[in-house]
Amino acid sequence: MVLAQEAPRVAQRTAVAAIDCDIHITTPKHETLSKYMPARWRRHHETFGLRGHSGAGYPRMNPNAARTDSWPPNGKPPGSDLPFLQYQLLDTWGLQYGILNWTIGAGAQLNQEYGAALARAANDWQIEEWLEPEPRLRASLVVPFEDGELAAAEIDRLGDHPGFVQIILIARTAEPLGRRKYWKMYEAAVRHDLPIGIHFGGAGGSAITGAGWPSYYYEDHAGMPPSLQTQLVSFVCEGVFEHFPTLKVVLIEGGMAWLPPLMWRLDRAWSLLRDEVPHLKRLPSEYVREHFWLTTQPMEEPHGRREFHQFLEHLDMNDRLMFATDYPHWDFDAPDAALPARLSPELERMIMAENARALYHL
Amino acid sequence: MTALPTAGPSERAQRYALIDCDVHVIPPSVEALLPYLADNWREYVTHTAFKGAGETSYPKNVATSARPGTAPPNGVPGSDLAMLREQVLDADGLERAILTCTYAVESIHNPDAAAAMAAAVNDWQIAEWLDKEPRLRASLVVPSTQPELAAREIERVGGHPGFVQVFLPVRSEAPYGNRRYHPTLEAAARHNLAAGIHFGGSPGNPPTPSGWPSYYLEEYVDMASIFQSQVLSLIAEGVFERFPTLRVTLIEGGFTWLPAWMWRIDKEWKGLRREIPWSRRLPSETIREHMRLTIQPVDAPADPRHLQQIIASLGSDDLLLYASDYPHQHAAPAGGTPSGQPAVDDSLGLILPETLGRKISAENARAWYRNL
Repeated sequence: MVLAQEAPRVAQRTAVAAIDCDIHITTPKHETLSKYMPARWRRHHETFGLRGHSGAGYPRMNPNAARTDSWPPNGKPPGSDLPFLQYQLLDTWGLQYGILNWTIGAGAQLNQEYGAALARAANDWQIEEWLEPEPRLRASLVVPFEDGELAAAEIDRLGDHPGFVQIILIARTAEPLGRRKYWKMYEAAVRHDLPIGIHFGGAGGSAITGAGWPSYYYEDHAGMPPSLQTQLVSFVCEGVFEHFPTLKVVLIEGGMAWLPPLMWRLDRAWSLLRDEVPHLKRLPSEYVREHFWLTTQPMEEPHGRREFHQFLEHLDMNDRLMFATDYPHWDFDAPDAALPARLSPELERMIMAENARALYHL
Repeated sequence: MTALPTAGPSERAQRYALIDCDVHVIPPSVEALLPYLADNWREYVTHTAFKGAGETSYPKNVATSARPGTAPPNGVPGSDLAMLREQVLDADGLERAILTCTYAVESIHNPDAAAAMAAAVNDWQIAEWLDKEPRLRASLVVPSTQPELAAREIERVGGHPGFVQVFLPVRSEAPYGNRRYHPTLEAAARHNLAAGIHFGGSPGNPPTPSGWPSYYLEEYVDMASIFQSQVLSLIAEGVFERFPTLRVTLIEGGFTWLPAWMWRIDKEWKGLRREIPWSRRLPSETIREHMRLTIQPVDAPADPRHLQQIIASLGSDDLLLYASDYPHQHAAPAGGTPSGQPAVDDSLGLILPETLGRKISAENARAWYRNL
């Protein structure tokens, strides 16, 4: 992590082509999206605005959770200014492509019709202000994910636009994401060959741990993996991949070292409890290794490099790890310093670019 | 550690002293508790629909809930001392066993009823188990959602030498580091009792950050992630700075997730610790000093070598405590060990070096719990 960026340290390393799978953008101001909405929702947007599950806030230790140097000179918020993002991220690090993951909160809107209007506006704005002017960028489609049919409608509206390479959901949802209320969305995702990305964060109406509300942002932030773990377990146990054999899921910004022990536990428990889930035809970990991808940032850092190599062996998903910076956030991973151990040149190429190139057809 | 195929029976095959840190007992019925209830509560149980805690985290006929042959005639597994002697204490040659009673006090929303039932369960544990069998120690059941009442129950019976621990279900209304629970933790520390956070619980709030999962398989697997949230809470809230002698046992939640969890929360602590300035050490250091974990379920990987690596990554030989989790059933480790190996090796599916094997089998527990 770096709070403010230094110059790239090792020229040889930055020469590795990198694809950044987690970049965050935002509008300069709330009203920016108004012009992409019909009058009825424009009025709502400007009068009532965003209303999600309140009371779930943990103040970040940095304004906007951003690097201190990521505020554009024009004073706009981090991630809201294309020229500055081009300079500070794409050009500085020579990135081949960057994937935008906008966690605008459309899916978590209590008023789901408004959430759908917000998602449409957000996607039209992404096309106009980011995808059309900058060929290195791709985007994730914002959808009102708590309503499977509304989400499917947005996927059908824009899913074939070449700039969108993924559908973006968040880690904390109203129900575990394997449940049937979400299946129309997955049906549409498969129809358009778009992976489902599940990103760090959110608030879906439950406390953010399985044991109620913690007290600190440290717990909110460091404590994110349980959310992604329960989503992965839900996808597998509900048989989503039996129904949608080509569905792909990317876990973004939630770490990855937790996954091997979770697969072991899931396989062991399944061996005794499989009567309950007869729709599962294979070992749970086989579904995981076939259907899931993970982004690298923020990577758990073992106390010794040997343990990182052991982790990679336990995971056995070398073709599923994808580099990400999380720009412009405070725990940004720089391409020349992201990996905690020296890997083979081939594996480094896979993680830094090739796995993402294959998944997103870049 | 030696890889499985190359190690045969040796002088290490002699049994190590064995202390089982997770053996379950449960009142067979509410009637069994009546002798330990005051008149008003006995009347309440007899004449109303209230029959004590009805919830359970162990569905009756599910494979993980009980091994075949552990139910006494017309009874529930873990309710009969003679069977427990035969199937655990004698069969495994135990020096000691620590009882954990998953009686779901936290599911009783009436605070006075919760306190009364907890007290009855504790008096039942004393009369029916501790007084009758010197090899047994027990975990105090408390009304965990009402910390003041929980502390009062610890005051009431915490001095009994048979109790070594306070039982807390891992599913709670708030994470246990939250200062609302300080009265419970303070009383536990003052009586030199460990706080034992255990699989399960029925507090009413959902067991995941995204609501209620459909399957018991999910509830069971996801339980490990609640342990992770509890560990993080105890660290973040500075509980061990406030109660320097407090010890927390993590029971029946697995342990293979701990190295990765320490890597994550150590790294994030470096970036965020100014939010919790009372935290002056790496979280992993505090964990190694103040927490222990029981070994069942092992959640073993298919390759025993990977389990060896995980155990090494714990960074200390002191952390693991042998447990059978009787009468619950867990999947056997891959491969299995040659006959004649110590019980701890059989449980883990590994040939452990003797020093580590002895530590996990009994020495770590002796150093951890009072009066063993």
